[in-house]
Amino acid sequence: MSKKWCCQVQKEYYRPHLTSPKGRNQNYDENSIMNLKNNQKSPPSGAGGLVIINYGAGNIQSIKFALKRLGYEAILSNDADEIRKADKVIFPGVGEASSAMEKLRETGLQDVIPELRQPVLGICLGMQLMCNGSEEGDTQGLAIFDVDVVRFSDGVKVPQMGWNVITDLKSQLFEGVNENEHVYMVHSYYAGLCDETIAETDYHVRYSSALGKNNFFGTQFHPEKSGAIGERILKNFLEM
Amino acid sequence: MLKKRIIPCLDIKDGRTVKGVNFVDLRDAGDPVELAEIYSREGADELVFLDISATEQKRKTLAELVYHVAEKVNIPFTVGGGISSVEDVDILLKNGADKVSINSSAVKNPQLINDLVAKFGSQCIVVAIDAKQIDGRWIVHLVGGKVPTEIELFSWAKEVEERGAGEILFTSMDHDGTKNGFANDTLARLSSALNIPIIASGGAGNMQHFEDAFKEGKADAALAASVFHFKEIPIKDLKEKLRANGIPVRL
Repeated sequence: MSKKWCCQVQKEYYRPHLTSPKGRNQNYDENSIMNLKNNQKSPPSGAGGLVIINYGAGNIQSIKFALKRLGYEAILSNDADEIRKADKVIFPGVGEASSAMEKLRETGLQDVIPELRQPVLGICLGMQLMCNGSEEGDTQGLAIFDVDVVRFSDGVKVPQMGWNVITDLKSQLFEGVNENEHVYMVHSYYAGLCDETIAETDYHVRYSSALGKNNFFGTQFHPEKSGAIGERILKNFLEM
Repeated sequence: MLKKRIIPCLDIKDGRTVKGVNFVDLRDAGDPVELAEIYSREGADELVFLDISATEQKRKTLAELVYHVAEKVNIPFTVGGGISSVEDVDILLKNGADKVSINSSAVKNPQLINDLVAKFGSQCIVVAIDAKQIDGRWIVHLVGGKVPTEIELFSWAKEVEERGAGEILFTSMDHDGTKNGFANDTLARLSSALNIPIIASGGAGNMQHFEDAFKEGKADAALAASVFHFKEIPIKDLKEKLRANGIPVRL
């Protein structure tokens, strides 16, 4: 449904700010806005569906729109039961690792995510949090992927920002995707190569641009912002 | 290998795309959402939406435009113009912007950079710097390049990096609108002094200028408006020429 629905809700969200000259004392509650969306959403299929984990890590809207372009409606949720019942889970994330991990702890999701059995896709910081730990903020991760996340050296511009290629593709996630296709990356930290590497990228070092283990997948790049190739990768995940 | 980026800039006023010569004499060049889709299809690597009237007129946000662009476009885009608070940025990111650029507000309140980085991360905070040479010194200007400051370009750029910005969008006011090429010497100085990506802006007139910005200016990305809007330089042709001349681009 939903173009209309989305626009209406979105207006609910930003109208007060546009009409308030100073934009102060808004006191809006991010979670209540997201929950409002969820309530209005009421997924037609009842339980299950596609859930984007909403733990306050930004730019969920881009992912929602990318999914919508592929014909999928996603539910935003930080509710453990709702996430457990989902057919598929997307674990997004931008921002800083230790504060993102703290938010996962606050919502109790750090214990929920590693136990999930359905296909799970971590994106960018989401993927990094699924690793053992990150140098960023000396953060302990979810330890789904057995690899550490470290910072790029100062020999290159940090963050890596822009389009780079993925090679050595090893997963159904990349079905129909050729070697050396371009994807969009924005990150200062990376996961090294390991047994769970399913795509590699070169930025001064070769690192894991995607990881995969059983039902868990992670992409360092942003498939939702990687043009037609990114959409193909998302579609592959959604059709698992 | 990371590719050099080509970024069309859509200057926005009253919801429409405009581009002026030296920021005056605005001309209408179309609907921003439609243009964004076209650029995405033609191979643009990113888009920048800049509300050029925003700072002067205190117009707050482009939230609605951002929402409609994000709905359609599957490449990253940055929004700037009149952004002056954490809350402004929050609204734009929530509506689907990938990055925001701040300019005058960062000069007036440099702590804003730290605050934004702490809340949203370096990766989505671009600091735009407009500067022109006065008596041989590069001086930072505010309000779309109209108001000079006392601040020197290179020290400000360094401070911006130290405060955590993810990227710098440098516009030479001496070159903007001239179509005589980018400020390559200055770009190269910035690029070697800093360890964050530099976007070159101001002066694009032909394809050679882009090649020069990457080779001589060592820029990580190059931004232009009118040469793209008026189809003087098709993006695909530009990228093919760049690749033929040894510049790594996404094709």
